[in-house]
Amino acid sequence: MSALLSIRGLSVAYGQIEALKNASLEVGQGEVVAILGANGAGKTTLMRAISGLAPKRAGSIHWEGREITRLAADKIVRLGIAQAPEGRRVFGTLTVAENLELGGYTRPAREVRAGLEEVYRLFPRLAERRRQLAGTLSGGEQQMLAIGRALLARPRLLLLDEPSLGLAPLIVQGIFANLKEIAAGGITILLVEQNARAALRLADRGYVLEVGRVVMSDSAAALLASPEIRDAYLGRGAGARG
Amino acid sequence: MGTFIQQLINGLTVGGVYALIALGYTMVYGVLRLINFAHGDLCILGAFIGLTVLTGGLGGGHPGAALLALAFIAAIIAIAIAGVLLEIIAYRPLRRADRLAAVVSALGASMLIENGIMLIWGPDVHVFPPDLLPKTSWRVAGAAISFTQLMIILISCALMAALYGFVNHTRFGTAIRAAAIDQDAARLMGINVNRVIGSVFVIGPALGAVGGLFIGVYYREAYFTMGWTYGLSAFIAAILGGIGNIPGAMLGGVLLGLFNAFAAGYVSSSWQDAITFLLLIAILILRPTGLLGERVAEKV
Repeated sequence: MSALLSIRGLSVAYGQIEALKNASLEVGQGEVVAILGANGAGKTTLMRAISGLAPKRAGSIHWEGREITRLAADKIVRLGIAQAPEGRRVFGTLTVAENLELGGYTRPAREVRAGLEEVYRLFPRLAERRRQLAGTLSGGEQQMLAIGRALLARPRLLLLDEPSLGLAPLIVQGIFANLKEIAAGGITILLVEQNARAALRLADRGYVLEVGRVVMSDSAAALLASPEIRDAYLGRGAGARG
Repeated sequence: MGTFIQQLINGLTVGGVYALIALGYTMVYGVLRLINFAHGDLCILGAFIGLTVLTGGLGGGHPGAALLALAFIAAIIAIAIAGVLLEIIAYRPLRRADRLAAVVSALGASMLIENGIMLIWGPDVHVFPPDLLPKTSWRVAGAAISFTQLMIILISCALMAALYGFVNHTRFGTAIRAAAIDQDAARLMGINVNRVIGSVFVIGPALGAVGGLFIGVYYREAYFTMGWTYGLSAFIAAILGGIGNIPGAMLGGVLLGLFNAFAAGYVSSSWQDAITFLLLIAILILRPTGLLGERVAEKV
């Protein structure tokens, strides 16, 4: 397994507050990697740092062996790393189609047209609503749009920050089924989730973040079985149901 | 009826100019949430540059279409460059600073440009040459429309249509709208937000230079504090339409121009400014977001 993305000793601080402390992790080609952690553990900061939106205090990020630590966000997208950010962040006053086309901003028009069809096949709801303003979509539809928009950049690594946030369980199931399909298509996924169970079922491996530090890393199966994870992130009685 | 049509023509002329200038305020506000107080002064700097080209190349004779076009092109290029410099020098270093700092910087830039104009061209009122444009005028339903008015209305409409098409139907235009909604999300699309901001400081001032030179040609004068006078009206037009909203600035400009003209025609031209401000106050009370501002409710 060659590391597609490799993060070493990364620290990110906002003023005096260190949101990420000496974090290291790796994502291999074709893997699905989950990052678990409570609110404020530094998960979103990590995602923003990879995408070039957070200022790094120390450490490095390498993409296919090339250092991208201080690269501008728009250049990172061009290298093949796209993100569906926390809170979805769709462009509310633009149409669904315009949002998707913006996702393909770095790609030639021909690829965007092909990508649009793929996304509409994956999310038929978006095809129905392509002329509608994104701000009028339901939460689940906006999440589909955020993921579809990221896919239009033709990423080799897809960063997903809390795709289940604020969505009804049934919708979350649907989204995770979509993610499984995306992963099966060969796209590497780095996923941040509070819904640890759903994330670990999808993932090959996982890391656990606590107050800015990586405190545990193992295969998804081992994490699912681990008593600490069960107590802290899966809720009590999880074993019985899971 | 004649008066009505006449004021309609006058209003559309001035309204077109207001709209061109208002677009600069609204586009910059859209992406930076900043009122570029130096915008009006930039526009009038455009009028002075155009005037210099016209008088310099005139040599006593009739200017002709070529010289007039040259004056507009020179003003557009010079003011677009000035706009980019303004952003780099006065606003970019304050991108992450307190909003008030950028406002103070904008006011400072306004004074700098205004006084710079006075330093170069002097404090006197400059009169535009009388035979700059053909004296032709046409009669329309009991009113007269001059060549200058027709030119201003047609070119303003053409520029606004071009801008509307660019912003709504091109990839880069969509990127501008995206950056105005959410800069970080735009960066995640691979949009270079600095380039978007730079482009706004090219397009706004370029349109404003045309507007400024139109003012000079229409009223046949230019003076160094004119940026403040007309800038304020255009700024009101931008607020009227909903600041940050591009069609809003166009609508606001035309409405304000019409409103001004009818106030001057039916009430009194000395009450024109008071009536303009009454309109502004009424809008701010009844519809603080402007006519087209923030129409869409967004689900969070």
